[in-house]
Amino acid sequence: MSTATAIEIAGLVKRFRREMLRRDYTTWKSLLLRPFKRRTDADYLTVLDGVDLSIEPGRTIAIIGQNGSGKSTLLKILAGIYKADQGTVTVKGRVSSLIELGAGFHPEFSGRENIYLNGTILGLSKKEIAARFDEIVAYSGLGDFIEAPVRTYSSGMYVRLGFAVAVNVDPDVLLVDEVLAVGDEAFAHKCETKLNQFKAAGKTIVLVSHDLISVKKFADEVVWLDGGKVAARGEAAQVIDIYRQGVARREDETGRAQAEARVAELAAARRWGQGEVEITGVRLLDQAGQAHAVFTSGMPMNLEMDYLMRQPVDDLVFGVAINNSAGVLCYGSNTAIDQAELGQAPPQGTVRFAVQRLDLVPGTYTVDVAAHAGDGRAYDYLTQVASLSVRGGPRDEGIWRPPHTWSLRAREDKA
Amino acid sequence: MSITEHLAELARHRALLWALVGRELKGRYRGSLFGFLWTFLNPLMLLGVYALVFSVYFRIDMAHYAVFMFTGLLPWVFFSSSINEGAGAITEGGSLVTKVMFPLQVLPAVKVMANFVNYLLSLPILFAFFLADGVAFTWCIIAFVAVAAVHILFTYSLVLLLSAANVFLRDTKHVVGNLLTLWFFLTPILYPLTQIPEGFRFLVKFNPAAVITLAYHDLFFWGRWPAWGPLAGVAGLSLVLLVVAVVVFEHYKEYFAEKI
Repeated sequence: MSTATAIEIAGLVKRFRREMLRRDYTTWKSLLLRPFKRRTDADYLTVLDGVDLSIEPGRTIAIIGQNGSGKSTLLKILAGIYKADQGTVTVKGRVSSLIELGAGFHPEFSGRENIYLNGTILGLSKKEIAARFDEIVAYSGLGDFIEAPVRTYSSGMYVRLGFAVAVNVDPDVLLVDEVLAVGDEAFAHKCETKLNQFKAAGKTIVLVSHDLISVKKFADEVVWLDGGKVAARGEAAQVIDIYRQGVARREDETGRAQAEARVAELAAARRWGQGEVEITGVRLLDQAGQAHAVFTSGMPMNLEMDYLMRQPVDDLVFGVAINNSAGVLCYGSNTAIDQAELGQAPPQGTVRFAVQRLDLVPGTYTVDVAAHAGDGRAYDYLTQVASLSVRGGPRDEGIWRPPHTWSLRAREDKA
Repeated sequence: MSITEHLAELARHRALLWALVGRELKGRYRGSLFGFLWTFLNPLMLLGVYALVFSVYFRIDMAHYAVFMFTGLLPWVFFSSSINEGAGAITEGGSLVTKVMFPLQVLPAVKVMANFVNYLLSLPILFAFFLADGVAFTWCIIAFVAVAAVHILFTYSLVLLLSAANVFLRDTKHVVGNLLTLWFFLTPILYPLTQIPEGFRFLVKFNPAAVITLAYHDLFFWGRWPAWGPLAGVAGLSLVLLVVAVVVFEHYKEYFAEKI
């Protein structure tokens, strides 16, 4: 037997029947009415589309990806719960899955009884459970509650007990699905310690998580699963970066599509004014003139608005405001305040508000634009006309990032 | 997977099987006022009503009618509850089916065994009835082991098949529930075989439940050996059914998780 790999996946394809996903079951009635209904490709949803992956023993692999990318399905196939439609999957050694904690727990039973029940379900013998019982109870931190019915437990206690049993199964391969996200701070630390113990003991761990920080912390290697295919695999920081860029790109595409449709159908409630001047379009552009909905903190951004003068006006002022997701105005200004020298405005044209450095902290923002008279009377005022996401940069907080530096010097106190 | 492998896997997981049977039995009545007493109260109430209706209202002319009827009623309760609960064993298995790796035939087996243990636990009441009514036992009672074995085999085969069918055809459970009522009245439980006109009596031979009921009557009530021939026939039929059930179950079990 070769010991080169702990997990070997080749050409894995998994499809689900759509009617099953819709919970539209076959019944004796539908079977009698349409006994020979042919299934076409449209009846299937391909969740995993040709996955090849081999994992050496002792490695910790994290699988990341957006919702619906097939991560959990892959994990369930590794656990032997789902069957592959095509391709082969080989897992060597005893597998324990932290996919469902406390499987088979009976609410009326005490913690003690449920440890035995759950342990048996996970494949431990009575003797093995008895030998680990004290350790399990100590690890769960339940104390006297171990004799109380599980229905009286808080959800955190329930999860802790389930986790305590599952990690005591002593597996060769551990499959973890998002469980690190449950429980309180102290429990999260316990989970971390346990995972590190597993790593140190040379176990193979496959981790599915959206928490990229813990992924970075634990994983030797990261696999990005996108649309049922392996989009990238490699060193954690690198793959996470590629993944983030990919997600941002996609978000940007949908954001732009929405922005185009926006101005035209803006509800009257969020738009007012006399209408002498009408704003007909708003765009957020990068340096190269490409429209985006996602910008990198610290990079330039240009806001452009198209206008159309329906009646000649001579005191035309254009304004812009940026609000954060809490509705706090982060910045607002207009051509009059800034004393911008624009000259006489032609009947139609485009105004550009150019930001040299977009020093907003990461987050989601909305943009208001306006065309109004010198006395503040609105010709056309549009609120939340565009939304913009700011990514990257340091993880600072607040509404304002002033240009700043830190320094330190010793204090020359009296001796 | 062959039948022997299927059964071997079941045997290998007997600790799990019994743990879940315990959960089923203890869980059923925990938190209720009478607790485990319900195990006895349920058949007693059934018995009371049937005894009233059939020996007082309908006036079935038979000595020790209540005891006779009870003898057949208890195994029927075992059989029908197993089928009723067992048909949904996979679909109601929840996270045991969808979230953990699990020998799935344990789930229908748990329903059968839990109900069988219930049956065994209600036998003392039956014996009490026998004593109270002055009906004597004979040594033939040891045939119980053989009859019960055939009964379990038949029930498990049927439950296994139905539990798999119910995953794909969700109304199986309801269809079965209705058919069981009809089956009950076609089985000589409430009436002795002699009540059936001669011309119709051959029909009973085609009813496995009737053969088994008659065997229980023989070894408990009549104090004689059961008719081994028909019983062997039912055992043979059950084996064929088991082969079919195992083939179907094993063929489709990989899809259970995603279809629930």
